[in-house]
Amino acid sequence: MLSRRFFLSAGGAAVAALSMPRMAFARANTSRRFVFIIQRGAADGLSILGPTGDPLHAGLRDSFDQGLQNGTKLGSFFTLHPALAETAKMYAASQALFVHAVASPYRDRSHFDGQNVLETGGSAAYQLKDGWLNRLLSLLPAGDTKALALSDTVPMALRGNNQVSSYAPSKLAGPSEDLLQRVAALYEADQQLHALWSEAVATRMTAGAVEATGQNGAAIGSVAARLLSGDSGARIAMIETNGWDTHSGQQGRLAAQLRNLDGIVGSLKTGLGDDWTNTLVVVATEFGRTVHPNGTGGTDHGEASLAMLLGGAVAGGKVIADWPGLSTAALYEGRDLKPTTDLDALIGGAVAQHYALDARRVMTTLFPESRGAAFRQQFIA
Amino acid sequence: MPMLDAAIALNRFGLGARPGDAAPADPKSWLTGQFSRFQPRPLALAQVPSRSAVIGQLADYVAQVRMDGRAKRRAQPASISTGTAPQTAAKTDPQADPLRRYLRQSIRDDYLTENAARLSSALTTDNPFAERLVHFWANHFAVSVDKLPVIGLAGLLEFEAIRPHLFGRFSDLLIAVEQHPAMLVYLDQAQSIGPNSEIGRLVAMRGGKQRGLNENLGREIMELHTLGVRTGYSQADVTEFARALTGWTVSGLARGPASRFIGGGDDGSFTFAEAMHEPGDRVIMGKRYPQQGEAQARAILLDLAAKPATARHISTKLARHFAGDDPPQPVVDRLTRAYLASGGDLPTVYRALIDSPEAWAPKPLKFKTPWEWSVSALRAVGQTGIEPQAAAAMLNQLGQPTWKPGSPAGWDDIAASWAAPEALMRRVEIAQRLASKAGSSVDARALAQKVLPGTVSDATRTAIARAESPQEGLALLLVSPEFVRR
Repeated sequence: MLSRRFFLSAGGAAVAALSMPRMAFARANTSRRFVFIIQRGAADGLSILGPTGDPLHAGLRDSFDQGLQNGTKLGSFFTLHPALAETAKMYAASQALFVHAVASPYRDRSHFDGQNVLETGGSAAYQLKDGWLNRLLSLLPAGDTKALALSDTVPMALRGNNQVSSYAPSKLAGPSEDLLQRVAALYEADQQLHALWSEAVATRMTAGAVEATGQNGAAIGSVAARLLSGDSGARIAMIETNGWDTHSGQQGRLAAQLRNLDGIVGSLKTGLGDDWTNTLVVVATEFGRTVHPNGTGGTDHGEASLAMLLGGAVAGGKVIADWPGLSTAALYEGRDLKPTTDLDALIGGAVAQHYALDARRVMTTLFPESRGAAFRQQFIA
Repeated sequence: MPMLDAAIALNRFGLGARPGDAAPADPKSWLTGQFSRFQPRPLALAQVPSRSAVIGQLADYVAQVRMDGRAKRRAQPASISTGTAPQTAAKTDPQADPLRRYLRQSIRDDYLTENAARLSSALTTDNPFAERLVHFWANHFAVSVDKLPVIGLAGLLEFEAIRPHLFGRFSDLLIAVEQHPAMLVYLDQAQSIGPNSEIGRLVAMRGGKQRGLNENLGREIMELHTLGVRTGYSQADVTEFARALTGWTVSGLARGPASRFIGGGDDGSFTFAEAMHEPGDRVIMGKRYPQQGEAQARAILLDLAAKPATARHISTKLARHFAGDDPPQPVVDRLTRAYLASGGDLPTVYRALIDSPEAWAPKPLKFKTPWEWSVSALRAVGQTGIEPQAAAAMLNQLGQPTWKPGSPAGWDDIAASWAAPEALMRRVEIAQRLASKAGSSVDARALAQKVLPGTVSDATRTAIARAESPQEGLALLLVSPEFVRR
């Protein structure tokens, strides 16, 4: 089998950015920056922001989430994973806000379908043909809005009538660690391929091809920051992160994933400089993971997870959660954290406040199938 | 999971299914039907440069190299007295270099265009079994572009000599290949001079640089193209054959005085230069060839094509390509009989192959070469073409640059040469890139059933279904055990 070191690297990520016409910057609110970071693979919100104050948490997760023992206490109830060091600093500076037990309208457990709902803004998979991030452009000052995706293809959230082009820096290319690991599983029963693959991966590690993930993330964040800077820079970016599907070896893998994510947001902040004040970053995943760890040191597909609002524009320093509890009766279908907060309403509310737009118009444009109203809590300073 | 006949026809005999391809209802007649449907010159090859253009660039380049060489030699004596040899030499180069660089680039561009055309033809064809046979023969009659003059010509050998004779007689294919400029140049035949020919005697009289007989082509025809190694011919037979081949050369390759001996215009066509031909009868493997001129080597080639050793050699390679690295003896025997009984009629041999149950074994028999894997992967994602530079880079990265096997023996056709750790890693990298280009619009779950009908194992199906994104699912399909083999 593969060595543990193999898992210590996060997936490749891609950055997507939209650029607004220069004319649009005449209006004050177009100096706003918006970054959507998608966590593909279903990130475990319970490990990232542990409800350590829940009386049942210790029994369910203490030995599994050992990392949280060195985490950052956010009040008496939640503990932030220690790999999110920069994010913790943002929280201390009131630039980070967490929303727990949150979920999109999707209630099944397929990655493809869940991501489709998360990105299109529909209430069911393949119901809408374009993405909510693309539709957001139509609400912003008009013009020949152009978008740029820093990946081989434009992610679903950015697809739609507003023009989007793509650009992939070769540095970001290469197989993700997650794919390498899945290939290993795929070859497990094939004697010839299994032997070849084990050797290939071993060689790759000794050759030092696996880079420290925090640096990967920092590099991606810097590229995104550069693209978002200056008068002619982009105003909206999407960053894709892969590798959150931690069915095994979750502790090490998740820590690496989080270092990567922390690297992205940390270098975004540094790279944007003064523009950080005008920036809102939304981090979200398609669904969460089971409350009970499985038999392979990981967790399986679940329901509610965690969303983050980060940035100088955020009225942060708080955790918002209608905490559902961890008792079996309180869990969704007896296994998953129950969704109590609507991700669409959260994004709708944050976006409306960030751009000073009418919240109802934002909701009908971004999430036309949603029956709920945008949240009115203060998200933006 | 046992492979269905339809999947075997599509993947082992063909080049891999495309998303829109229906699984053939009658796999065998789908294959034989391609004999008549095959297009020697499909639209995909429309952009290929003409032979005269390629030869012209090559002649210009050779002439320029010669001129630079002369200039250098002239500069040399002066530089010795002044002791500034390097600088003086350097002075002549800047003028020469841009032109040479330009010419090299033009030749390289020809190669890129030809490779992209080959790929495009493979991606768009409705006759993938026939196209696979083209690739098979191009490898059997391998030339290698690590020799500069071959770079622009290699593709033309396949397009001009192999494709038109794919469903003819082996002897016609053989003669077309051996008379093609790519082969004549690659195996040094174009410059081979009979010692007693008009030019040979002239050279000897002047006591000039030793130039004469070159046995390269003669030897490789016997060893690689026809009889096969150690099948009873001797060194004396090789030398005699080389003598018979003298005079087989290419027009338009040489500029200046030498060209008048060769004649035949300047378009790169095959030409017989009487002035280079070794006069006299030849005796090969006990048979006397009294013919004179071009007819002599032609008669020898026809005899070689008819030998049982040739039939067995060709049959073994074909059987290996379709029925496994260690081809079952019954298949080899069957093909050999078909070859000999039909006088080397290739469709008859192909039919015997299609009728061999061993070639339909319901388990993968072959590990795909990088070329086969690339073509099948691109077909699976529905790509119909690829930018020339990217096509060459991809095959380079995978370890099988087109028409560059490095030796006249061609690429190996056994798994041991291709199933290597790093090579597998490269495939995974490329698979991820292809998948990410294809985007989330491709549903690998459905595609798997289309391109590997009835073949997908539970393990692969599960891995694809559990993938983190549609792109990852597609990448997994492309590197799955079922997909890297055929």
